[in-house]
Amino acid sequence: MSETGSTTSETTDATDTTTRPGRRRGRDDGKFGRYGGQYVPEALMPAIEELTDAYERYVLNNEDGFMDEFRERLADFGGRPTPLQRADRLSERYGRDIYLKREDLLHGGAHKLNNALGQVLLAKYMGKERIVAETGAGQHGTATAMAAAHLDMPCEIYMGERDINRQRPNVFRMKLNGSEVTPVTAGRGTLKEAISETMRDWATTVENTHYVIGSIVGPHPFPVMVRDFHAVISEETRRQIREQTGGLPTDVVACAGGGSNTMGAFTAFVDDESVALHAIEAGGSTLEVDEEAGVAPNSASLFTGDEGVLHGARTKLLQDSDGQIMESHSVSSGLDYAGVGPELAYLVDEGRVTPVAVDDDAALEGFHRLSNTEGIIPALETAHAFGYLEDHTESLGDRVVVNVSGRGDKDLDAAIEETDKRDLDNAPDMSMFTEGI
Amino acid sequence: MLDAGNSEAIAEAFDGGPAYVPYLAVGDPSYEASLEYVEALDRGGADVIELGLPFSEPIAEGPTIQGAVVRALEGGMTPDRFFDFVGDLDVDAPLVCMTYYNLIYQYGDEDAAGPKAGDAASSDGPRAFVEAAAAAGIEGFVVPDLPAEEADPLRAACDECGLDLVFIVAPTTKGDRLADIMGRVSGYVYVQARLGTTGAKSDVSDRTAESLDRLSGYDVPKAVGFGISTGEQAERIVGSGADGIIVGSALVDIVADGDETDLPVATVADRLESLSRELKTGAERGYAARAGAPESR
Repeated sequence: MSETGSTTSETTDATDTTTRPGRRRGRDDGKFGRYGGQYVPEALMPAIEELTDAYERYVLNNEDGFMDEFRERLADFGGRPTPLQRADRLSERYGRDIYLKREDLLHGGAHKLNNALGQVLLAKYMGKERIVAETGAGQHGTATAMAAAHLDMPCEIYMGERDINRQRPNVFRMKLNGSEVTPVTAGRGTLKEAISETMRDWATTVENTHYVIGSIVGPHPFPVMVRDFHAVISEETRRQIREQTGGLPTDVVACAGGGSNTMGAFTAFVDDESVALHAIEAGGSTLEVDEEAGVAPNSASLFTGDEGVLHGARTKLLQDSDGQIMESHSVSSGLDYAGVGPELAYLVDEGRVTPVAVDDDAALEGFHRLSNTEGIIPALETAHAFGYLEDHTESLGDRVVVNVSGRGDKDLDAAIEETDKRDLDNAPDMSMFTEGI
Repeated sequence: MLDAGNSEAIAEAFDGGPAYVPYLAVGDPSYEASLEYVEALDRGGADVIELGLPFSEPIAEGPTIQGAVVRALEGGMTPDRFFDFVGDLDVDAPLVCMTYYNLIYQYGDEDAAGPKAGDAASSDGPRAFVEAAAAAGIEGFVVPDLPAEEADPLRAACDECGLDLVFIVAPTTKGDRLADIMGRVSGYVYVQARLGTTGAKSDVSDRTAESLDRLSGYDVPKAVGFGISTGEQAERIVGSGADGIIVGSALVDIVADGDETDLPVATVADRLESLSRELKTGAERGYAARAGAPESR
C-alpha cells in the first residue's frame, strides 16, 4: 500500500527506506503520539478530506504516475540529486568527517522547492485552479512562485509586512515569477500571521484553491505530505554516504524552524538507531521569555515550548500561561515561528531527536565560518547548524552530515547589519569600505 | 439524548420564536465598557449571548473581529478575567463562550510558559476550563477551530458539567460529516451562511437556504451566522426557516467606531441596543411571515 517509489530506478538501495516504520508514521490517522490532528474551522474540513484522499492516491500509491512526474520534474527543473560533499577544512577543524548535503544547490537556493513543486503538482492533479501560500523569509514563497509559474498555476502569496521589509529581493523574485504578493499587517507581521491569513483565504476559496503550506506543520495530511516530499533529501543522503564511505553517518544535523528541512534530512534515518539526529533551533537573543509583552526572543519551541494547539495541529508551542501564542524572534526569519511540526515534537519526546538551541551570535559566527572556510555562504537559518558544530563538537560521532538547507544570498543585507552590531572574530573587516571609496 | 441539549436556558431561548444571538469580544476595548455593551445587547432583546474570549490567532475571523481581539488583548483580557466578567454581568440571556481550543486546553496548566520536564501527559485537557466556565455561569461553547473529529474530550467535559457544545456547519459540510457533527452537537447548530471568515456583508448568501435544507431532518435549533448586519437580512433568513440569527461583526463595528471616535460608552451602548432591536424585530417579522405560510411547522 505504501510502497511509493519502490519501482523507480532511483531506489536501488538494498533496504528500501520508504516502507520502514519511520516513514509510515502519521499516514493513517495524522497522529504522532499525542501530537498532530486536524484543528481547523469546519469550512476547511471537506478540503482537508479531499486533500487526504489525493495524498493517498497520488503520493502514496503513485496514481496516474504522479510520483514519477514529481521526481522527473525535481530532476529536470530542480536539479536533483543535490551533492553530498565532504567539507575538508571543517573536517580538519573538528577532527571528524563532516559531510554537507547541498540543498543550497537546489533550484531557488533552498530545500523548499521539493515541497512546493510536489504540492503545486498535486493541486494540478486534483483539478484545483489556484494556489495560495504563506511565506516567512520568502524562501517558501519564492519556491511556490517558481513551481506555480513552471506548472502554469495562478498563485497568491501572503507575507507579513515586517518580513516584506526584511526580504525585499524575495518579494521581487515572487513577482518576477508572476505571483501576487499580499502584505499581512496583523500582529508583528511575520510568519505566524501570514499562516493565519492564508488559512482565512483558503476558508473562502477552498472549492477551487489549494493551500501550499510551507512546512511540516498544519492539519493532517500536511505534516506527513510535506515530510514525504522532502524525504528525498535523506533518501539521497543515505545512498550517497554509503557510496562514499560504505556506511551510515553517526550524526545528522539540521536547523529547525517549522521543521521541513529537518524532517527531510532525518526521515530515512529515523529507523537507524545508530544515527543520532540533532534539531538545531533558533535560540535568538535569549531563551528567557517576556510574559507581560507576550514575546519569546527566540524560536526554540522544541527546546522550551509546551504542548498546545496552533494552526491546525497539536504540537509544541511558544505560549504564555493562558495559552496565548508568543511572538517569536530569530535573526533568521525562516526559523521565526512559535510552533514546530508535530512529528518533530513527537520524536523529541521519544528521545529520538535531540533539540538544541543555538543563539543569534553563534549562528552568525557559523555563517562566517562556513563562508570563509568552505566557500559556501549559508542561509542564516542553516548557519545555526554550523554554530552547533563549533560549540558541541564533543557530542558528535566521527561521521557527521549537516544539511545545508539554503544559500545565504537572500540574507546578505541582514548579515551585514547583524555583523555590524557584534564583535565577531571571524567576520570580514568592512571598515575601509563603509565610508565609500 | 444530546439533541435535547444540556442547558435548559438555551433550549428555552429557541422555544416559541426566533432567537437573536449577538456576539461581542469580551474586554473590547476595556473590561468596564464591555460590561455595558453586553448588557445593552440583553436590553435589545438578546435570547442567547455569545461572549468571545480573545485568542491571539483567531484563524476563523475576518478583519472586524480580529480588530476586536487585538483591542481586548491589549486591554488585558485573560481567561480568568473573562470568568470574572461573566460573574459581573447582569443579563437575562444565557451565555455561550466562543473561543479557540488552545485557551481551553491550556487552562489550569501552570507550566505553559516554561520548559516542561518529562511527562507531557500531566495536562488533563479541557476539563479545568469547562468547570471554571460552568462555575462562572457559562451555558455552552462554540470553538471554531475544533471540528467534530477532535471534540470528544470537550464534549465529555461539557456533558459532565451540564453545558452545551455548539458546532459550526459550513456550506461545504455534507453527507457523513454532517451526520457526525449532528450526532455531537447540543444547544443549537451554528449554520455558517457562506464560506470564508466572519464579517458583515451587504448581501446574505443564498447558500443559507441549501444549508437549512440539508439540516431539516435534525431536531436541533438552527442559528444562522456570518454576514448578517440588518433587520431586513434577519427577516429574510428567519423567513427561510432559520430558528435564530447570530450577529457578530456588525455589532463589533459599532464598538470599533466608538473606540476610534472616542464616543461615550453610553452612546455606543445605545447604538448596540438599537441595532439589536432592529435585528430582533426583523427576525420576528420573518418568523411571523413563516407562521402564516402553508409549509411552516
